[in-house]
Amino acid sequence: MSATLEVRNLRTHFFTRAGVVKAVDDVSFSVERGQVLGLVGESGSGKSVTGFSIIGLIDPPGRLTGGSILYQGEDLAKLSERDMRHLRGNRIAMIFQDPMMTLNPVLRIDTQMTEAVHAHVKTTNADARARARDALGMVGIPSPEERLNAYPHQFSGGMRQRVAIAIALLHNPDLLIADEPTTALDVTIQAQILAEVQKLTTDHGTALIWITHDLSVIAGLADRIAVMYAGRVVETGEATDVLDHPVHPYTHGLIGSVPSRNKRGERLRQIPGMTPSLLSLPPGCAFRTRCTHATSVCEQEPPTSEPSPGHTARCFHPIEGNAP
Amino acid sequence: MSESIIELRGISKRFGPSYDAAARMARDIGSRFGRTPKNETVRAVDNVDLIVTRGEVVGLVGESGCGKSTLGRMVAGIMPPSDGEILFKGRDIASLPPDAAKDAKLKVQMIFQDPYASLNPRLRVADIVGEAPRIHGMIPAGQFDTYLDEQLRRAGLDPAFKRRYPHQFSGGQRQRIGIARALAVQPEFLVCDEAVAALDVSIQAQILNLFMDLRRDLNLTYLFISHDLGVVEHLSDRVLIMYLGRIVESAPSEEIFGRPNHPYTQALLSEVPRIEARKRRFTAIKGEIPSPIAPPSGCHFHPRCPSAMPRCASEAPTLKEVAPGHKSACHLNDAIM
Repeated sequence: MSATLEVRNLRTHFFTRAGVVKAVDDVSFSVERGQVLGLVGESGSGKSVTGFSIIGLIDPPGRLTGGSILYQGEDLAKLSERDMRHLRGNRIAMIFQDPMMTLNPVLRIDTQMTEAVHAHVKTTNADARARARDALGMVGIPSPEERLNAYPHQFSGGMRQRVAIAIALLHNPDLLIADEPTTALDVTIQAQILAEVQKLTTDHGTALIWITHDLSVIAGLADRIAVMYAGRVVETGEATDVLDHPVHPYTHGLIGSVPSRNKRGERLRQIPGMTPSLLSLPPGCAFRTRCTHATSVCEQEPPTSEPSPGHTARCFHPIEGNAP
Repeated sequence: MSESIIELRGISKRFGPSYDAAARMARDIGSRFGRTPKNETVRAVDNVDLIVTRGEVVGLVGESGCGKSTLGRMVAGIMPPSDGEILFKGRDIASLPPDAAKDAKLKVQMIFQDPYASLNPRLRVADIVGEAPRIHGMIPAGQFDTYLDEQLRRAGLDPAFKRRYPHQFSGGQRQRIGIARALAVQPEFLVCDEAVAALDVSIQAQILNLFMDLRRDLNLTYLFISHDLGVVEHLSDRVLIMYLGRIVESAPSEEIFGRPNHPYTQALLSEVPRIEARKRRFTAIKGEIPSPIAPPSGCHFHPRCPSAMPRCASEAPTLKEVAPGHKSACHLNDAIM
């Protein structure tokens, strides 16, 4: 099966006054039709910038400085802005973390939704409105016909996020990038939204990239996982491989710090220190300053090892055995 | 039975619009012509009873808008209750003489969710942490610096940084500053309102460990408010589940996660994403949390409940013991018995 999206050696750097920030540095992964890739990392790991790079929303001083983004064989990095606009919102869509920022507060929902329909399809207003209504119904918004006339502030947070998702789904995209869309929502609302996107991947064969720091959500959703740290993918593989037999010490640490993995009331395994500033990354493995396995060899560029087929990690001292 | 440190008796909190003279007159005239004024009062917390004993960690769980933060703020003394009384070590705080009331309030401190909004950006760390003990005259002048250093060190901060401002710290470090500030007045009871929700997982683990160390070292008692059931399960001895201003279930941690009784608790627990669960199907509780301005009659959960009966719409269930130490407010328990 050919991949819907294949990212190869992607580099997105920001040229700031203080220096070059290598937000995404040599990142590669692929997502197949109907598959879910979990892109996991903490704040500042470059996971959101990776999403923005794919959909072509990197603003100066940021720039794609290398690598390719192959969408169904076509390199998005080389596409003109005009061609990219045909794909964005149409074949490739993105859901953002904050639904209040995605929606225009002074326009009614129908205006915003029909606008998105007209941008990509030549059709009548009545048809655009019908498509918008169906999309709202699909994400479980009750009485969608009436709700089309509402303004964003008349919706609750979870409803607003569902409207944002409905807009992303208007054209049944082949690739959907979801950037922490449920972080601000309650568990019950989160479950509703997870159920929606899951249906989309199975019914339409949409490839999904779910960006999050929450390993528990990823465990239930993803087929494959890529763990990012300081702009790099440090470990990637099938979800079960990465979660049950993590190889990289950072993945180990992340899994260990999830409360439910630990015995109640016992100390949580913690990763000492915090994520480094991307401005002044030490040479070699970026995690070595926080890593308990680090030795002097870690000042070199770590090699990529493959403990099992399709499961790779960048580390001099891969950990064997099961998850903590 | 160990000593109760905080006791709530029939605590309620209502928020209503405040009317100016013109609005009052308009309502008055309206009612003379037979119009019933619109009820706009929100019952954020509705008749809650709670006893927290010394050394206990009580987890308070609920969705946004259920009143858990309001309850926490009333316990911390930031917000007065509309009804009911709050007892600190068996004495009603409202009826204490001013000096004793102040001492009692100092013993209850709060840690807030947002480590960015809860620290004054114009104060140095030394002033943020040191202001309260200085004003309350808790420390002799000569020992102030050593006391301050000790407070910072205990929260895992380097005292060398005390001349810095909050913006020079990361989120996790700011939360430590907030913890140091709360502990500087030597409290016995901490209300943590979503204290780790804004932090990254690896930093969250560090702060949760700090809470557990402090509990052991200082014999602290916690009311730990969170929507994250994983965190609550890890930390709490006892868990309260809140829905639309009412406590619907209360039980020891193992009991509530092992044998949830209330349909809402059961639904909530089934939705929690767990790292152990692989590639599962997500389902959803039907409907959303209703508006607290017009909560459903009877049991607030009945419109969303899969096993609602006619009685649920008319009569509000009370908290009844279903097992030792395990209380639940659901009519289904009567039907079985």
